[in-house]
Amino acid sequence: MSSLIFPAVLSGLMMGAVYALVALGLTLIYGVLHIINFAHGSLLMLALYSVYFLYTYFGVDPYLAIPIVLPAFFALGYVLQRGLIAPMSSGSEQNVLLITLAASMIIDNLALYFWTSNTRTADIAYAYDTVEILGAYLPLGRVIAFGAALAVAPLLWCFMAYTRTGSAIRAVAIEKRGAELVGIDVNHTYAVCFGIGTACVALAACLLLPTFYITPQVGYTFVLVAFTTVVLGGMGSLLGALVAGLLLGVIESLCGLFLGESLGQIGIFLAFILILLFKPSGLLGRART
Amino acid sequence: MRPQSIGQIALIAAALAYLFGVYFASSPVWMGFTINALIVAVVALSWNITGGFGGLSSFGHAALYGTGAYASAILQVKYGVNAWVGFGAGILAGALMGVFIGALAFRYGLRGSYFALVTLAFAEVLRICASSFDFTGGGSGLQLTLAPGVANLQFNDRTIAYTALLVVVAVVMGLTAFIKYSRFGAYLIAVRENEDAARALGIDTYKIKVQAMAISGAFGGLAGVLYLQLWLFIDSNVVYGSAVSIEALIGPIIGGAGTIWGPLLGTLGLHLLGEGAKHLLPNAPGLNFVLYAIVLICALRFLPNGLVGLAGKLGTFKKKEDDNA
Repeated sequence: MSSLIFPAVLSGLMMGAVYALVALGLTLIYGVLHIINFAHGSLLMLALYSVYFLYTYFGVDPYLAIPIVLPAFFALGYVLQRGLIAPMSSGSEQNVLLITLAASMIIDNLALYFWTSNTRTADIAYAYDTVEILGAYLPLGRVIAFGAALAVAPLLWCFMAYTRTGSAIRAVAIEKRGAELVGIDVNHTYAVCFGIGTACVALAACLLLPTFYITPQVGYTFVLVAFTTVVLGGMGSLLGALVAGLLLGVIESLCGLFLGESLGQIGIFLAFILILLFKPSGLLGRART
Repeated sequence: MRPQSIGQIALIAAALAYLFGVYFASSPVWMGFTINALIVAVVALSWNITGGFGGLSSFGHAALYGTGAYASAILQVKYGVNAWVGFGAGILAGALMGVFIGALAFRYGLRGSYFALVTLAFAEVLRICASSFDFTGGGSGLQLTLAPGVANLQFNDRTIAYTALLVVVAVVMGLTAFIKYSRFGAYLIAVRENEDAARALGIDTYKIKVQAMAISGAFGGLAGVLYLQLWLFIDSNVVYGSAVSIEALIGPIIGGAGTIWGPLLGTLGLHLLGEGAKHLLPNAPGLNFVLYAIVLICALRFLPNGLVGLAGKLGTFKKKEDDNA
């Protein structure tokens, strides 16, 4: 059994990096707009289908699709926030949650209608070439996803820390009215932030597609894991999301190893409940009252 | 529960006329469809206790519904217990699950979005467990033996089942009205409006919220047992699935959260809309949920107090402090 643990931990880390990437977008949106975006998983599903169709109909390799899908989903996120969530929610926290829930219902069920519930996979042969890491064999596609996701977190952090847009986003997150007074367009900044969060999901989709399946329900699985990651890492903390994503990937992988495949996700949700109950501020989050 | 306006009287009268008209409908499809809607209305009424009066929006009411259904089904299938005992046990199990979730969540002061997420996680854990263990029938679910008769709570005649369901809905609404106008209801509404102020006035808000979860759990468990007795089959996706949780909250919000008639009116309205859409576009699974979502968005934007609130503004009798039916 012990010889299986190390490969399981490694493969958990690979999946965890993708969880982290999805959660980065969610935590960014939460940290700035203070809203919980239920449609996050549905947007991931939509991105997965976009990459899949680009690959099957136009022969665009999923990794080369990044420069197409990323801007498209940034725009989608921008429009979603400015056109639907902001005007319809009247500013109440519960309404935002319900609006994004409604958005995810619309996206998921339209996907079910147009693309049916069939499970699809893009058969990209090289993604399953194995790479040997410390004696464990891992699919190349997962290793690329791991590396890319790890690279994105510090890039995003630098963007927030050193660019003007990043400063504007941080200013709006901390003091909305103050930011408005110094001339920052708050609605625009909110929408940009939502767009970046959605672009993270599009990137995750490009990295995920070569080694993952797609169904219209796939978003629901991911959104719950992403919530867990965000809460575990501390709502709004980018570094926290990264650490938590990796940790949850390992937890899932080990639960799957010891309890059986179908119970792998139990570990994630139990971790979620325990964190929400005992330390809702998360591993790296500031205490909230 | 005095109606406040001509609009509300008209709305309630239309719903009652529909429910009565179903007895004389030319096609049995109407009754089958309305039976489903009424079961959902009971979950909606369950959500309304915590989400409507208490302001505690749960996104995982399937946890209560499914627990009621599974408790009764396990007792009946695995232990051969009588259906009536299973009926009571299901309600009790729902209430206990409500207390369990509530006690854990409120002890650590979870509110708002955090409470919504923790309830969602509970429902998901229960769903995965129910689909993984032999005890709960695993992935294939649990099937009751067909044995029609009042002793087994199984009705071959849809008309009798429908009438029984109408009585149950009326009782649950009666209890809702009783709760709303009781001292407990006033405390619960105070918790919704301003929890800190309520505590400052000496209300034990933790106890009130857990009690509300117990009542909500009992109603939710009841709805689960009703589903089981009418369909004689459950599995983890049917009773613990996210669709149940969504339907539980969407009906009250559209009908009017924290009102007595809102959950029933909202659920009936949505189901009629969904059914109509199904006839126009027969091969579109999930289309009803797209419509529900659009109605939900419009309701959040334009009907802050739901249908009941809208109807309350049409033809008001005279000025009242309280505009809820």
